[in-house]
Amino acid sequence: MSLVNFTTREITCKIVYYGPGRSGKTTNLHYIYGRVPESRRGRMVSLATQTDRTLFFDFLPIDLGQISGFTTRFQLYTVPGQVYYNATRRLVLQGADGVVFVADSQARQLDENLESLQNLQANLLEHGIDIRSLPVVMQYNKQDLPRELILQLIELDDALNFRGVPSFPADALHGNGVFETLKAITELVLRRLAQGAPA
Amino acid sequence: MTTALNPKFTFETFVVGAANRLAVTAARTVAESPGSAYNPLFIYSGSGLGKTHLLMAIGANAKRLAPALNVEYLTLDEYVEAFHAAIAAGQGDAFRRRFQTVDILLIDDVQFLTNRREMQAELLRLSEALQTAGRQIVLTSDRPPIEIEALDERLISRFSGGLVVDIGAPDYETRVAILRRKSEERGAEFPPGVLESVAAAEFTNVRELMGVLNRLVAYQAVNETPLTAEAAQELLGLEQRAGQGGGKAVAAGGGGRGGERIVSPDEFAAFLTDVTVTVGKAVEAWRARIAEAILRWEGEGYRTRRLESLLEQETPLAPDEEIASFARDVERLRALEAEVAQFDPQSAGQSVFRDPERLAEAEETASRVRAGAAPPPGPSAALPFSTFAIGASNQLAVNVAREVLEEPGRRYNPLVVLGKSGVGKSHLLNALGIELAQQPGAIVACLSTQAFIDELIGAIDGNRMEWWRARYRRATALLLDDIHLLGGKDRTQEELFNLFNLFHDLERQLVFTGPAHPKTLPGLEPRIVSRLEGGLVVELVEPDRDVRRAVIRRTLWAQDVPEDPALIDYLADRPADSVRSLAGLLQRVVSAAAAQDVPVSAGLAREVLEGGTAAERRRTVGFRTSGIVVSSAGGVRSREKIVWDWASPGDRVIEDLR
Repeated sequence: MSLVNFTTREITCKIVYYGPGRSGKTTNLHYIYGRVPESRRGRMVSLATQTDRTLFFDFLPIDLGQISGFTTRFQLYTVPGQVYYNATRRLVLQGADGVVFVADSQARQLDENLESLQNLQANLLEHGIDIRSLPVVMQYNKQDLPRELILQLIELDDALNFRGVPSFPADALHGNGVFETLKAITELVLRRLAQGAPA
Repeated sequence: MTTALNPKFTFETFVVGAANRLAVTAARTVAESPGSAYNPLFIYSGSGLGKTHLLMAIGANAKRLAPALNVEYLTLDEYVEAFHAAIAAGQGDAFRRRFQTVDILLIDDVQFLTNRREMQAELLRLSEALQTAGRQIVLTSDRPPIEIEALDERLISRFSGGLVVDIGAPDYETRVAILRRKSEERGAEFPPGVLESVAAAEFTNVRELMGVLNRLVAYQAVNETPLTAEAAQELLGLEQRAGQGGGKAVAAGGGGRGGERIVSPDEFAAFLTDVTVTVGKAVEAWRARIAEAILRWEGEGYRTRRLESLLEQETPLAPDEEIASFARDVERLRALEAEVAQFDPQSAGQSVFRDPERLAEAEETASRVRAGAAPPPGPSAALPFSTFAIGASNQLAVNVAREVLEEPGRRYNPLVVLGKSGVGKSHLLNALGIELAQQPGAIVACLSTQAFIDELIGAIDGNRMEWWRARYRRATALLLDDIHLLGGKDRTQEELFNLFNLFHDLERQLVFTGPAHPKTLPGLEPRIVSRLEGGLVVELVEPDRDVRRAVIRRTLWAQDVPEDPALIDYLADRPADSVRSLAGLLQRVVSAAAAQDVPVSAGLAREVLEGGTAAERRRTVGFRTSGIVVSSAGGVRSREKIVWDWASPGDRVIEDLR
């Protein structure tokens, strides 16, 4: 997918929210959905099981209108977190311009976070993409949980963010950090334009 | 009854955005080539999004391109009211006729047709008549035709048969553009960020936006201090509006004194601003400028391929110059199109005028049209007033002509000059034409009726009637020679009738010549005759002696023949029923002189015109062959028509006395 099409004057960003099951990816999208004016957003497609787990993926198109003469659209996707949906994850990752890795801040979820991160790297490689070349930001979600249950930001950074990408604490349920994360990944993605890297 | 078009409502003052681009493009097309593109054009939108503005802009633009167009703007209510008044006054037919001659009919707010059966039937009839005649209808409503309650099926299908477009609520960028433009118009200046923060609120209606701007302007005027973005939001209570989106309006801080709170703007709006800045940085500035230029010109209906190709380059040499040159080319295209529209409205709609890449082609088309439509035939320069001999016999006609020149189109319109062949009608007509053409901006059509008919036939044949009409409609005076040739030419009379009315209404001079009074001319329609009689009819009679003298002197002078008073007296005394026959006589004498290589004199004239001396007479008789005689003057004469032997003058006098 071409990120910027000068001929049709369109910018289309595909951003994928990646992370282990129940880390809050869909919650991020729901919050964003709630904050985007109706005229700007498309229908949010969410294929979920009866227990509200993402079965396939969530999709939220956002129309940012004309920016610098470009029709700018964002497509936000989430992947199903559960291990056994890897084929779906790989499919959703295809053509992604940027990835938000939503990590669960709970101490007991650290392994799941690590596993999912490795899975992300592997799946990107399948598409021939080196994770180091793709815009990625980290979001440490559920920071609203009691301190004794969660890891501190420094600990999380140490454990997960060994590449030193931008990271944000978040409470997606209440919206804290959601737009900060989105803004950061957007900036990274769009800045690649200036460098002329194909997306 | 018809509302005048508001001069402020033009395309230039209409802010184009994504939500209304289609409607504006369609409206422009309709204004530029009424009746041919989308007919009817049906524009619908919620209240306050610019329907009326667009409708009036169509009218204003069409009028600007073709001032002769009959444009009517009215709301449905006004239409209904007028209809009822006309019915009450027993003028229903007149009402219908009046609207059937409208070139562009603009009706606002047709949603009020709901449950008005008789008006629906009336409008159906009118729109059928107008469409059949190729006249444009534009309608607006607050909903699409199908949703207008209790609307006749036939009307729905008719309304939907052209183009139905909607105008959406303005998006953020358009709102900013509107606020900027309107505050500029009002001379109000706001610090950066104020208008943007106001526009970030979801206004669904431009009128609401205007109300907000009014409050900002008023507030700033009263407080004499520049407004800040926060103060503006607080003043307008925008935080609640933004908060309606759902979730929480992030209220950070809030430390200040009682009642004061700092509201952080809507998260999405802030995000949008950030993205805009990032995109601005990411998309190189020149690309953004080019992309904006493309949007702008594309919105106005121009092909922007040239600019698009710049975007495909890595680093164009001088993008700003390219944009400027594109803009110049568009301006030139506009000028050409406007010019062509004057000559030929049909040609103005060509796509070549919408593509700066084809500017050269457009220039060529324009020059072709210009050449093709190059002024209708004008007066002959060989027949100026200065050479028109004046005497008692034509003094009246000349005086009238002078008065016409003093106030063309007002005093005697039309002027009809009658007279036998050769008495100087054509000369007077052309002389008038030359004088009229000297007025600034004058375009004088001066030609023979036969040429007029031939041109019309050519136009019909080439399917260029619009071109033909436009060509003549452009003229500021119409002078037709030999009007009797119109007899039996129904189509020409029809066209002349229309031109006549146009010229008469616009106080442009009309002059005609003919051999006899119009009502005695066969094959002329009564409506033409009555119109010809409505001006002034003057007659040119046989030239009197003064005129004859003047003509002779002028002719001799023109041929470099020295003036001989005896010759002039001799010739002027000879009877002549027309200037032309007199000139013919003189020509014979001059030719004879040239042939015999002798000076022109009264004696020679007598010799030539009266048959010469007795000796010569005998000699000529000797030349006779088959009844045709070749005279020494070079002309061919029939023997039977010539009196060879004259009785002596004494005998003739006696004969006469008897």
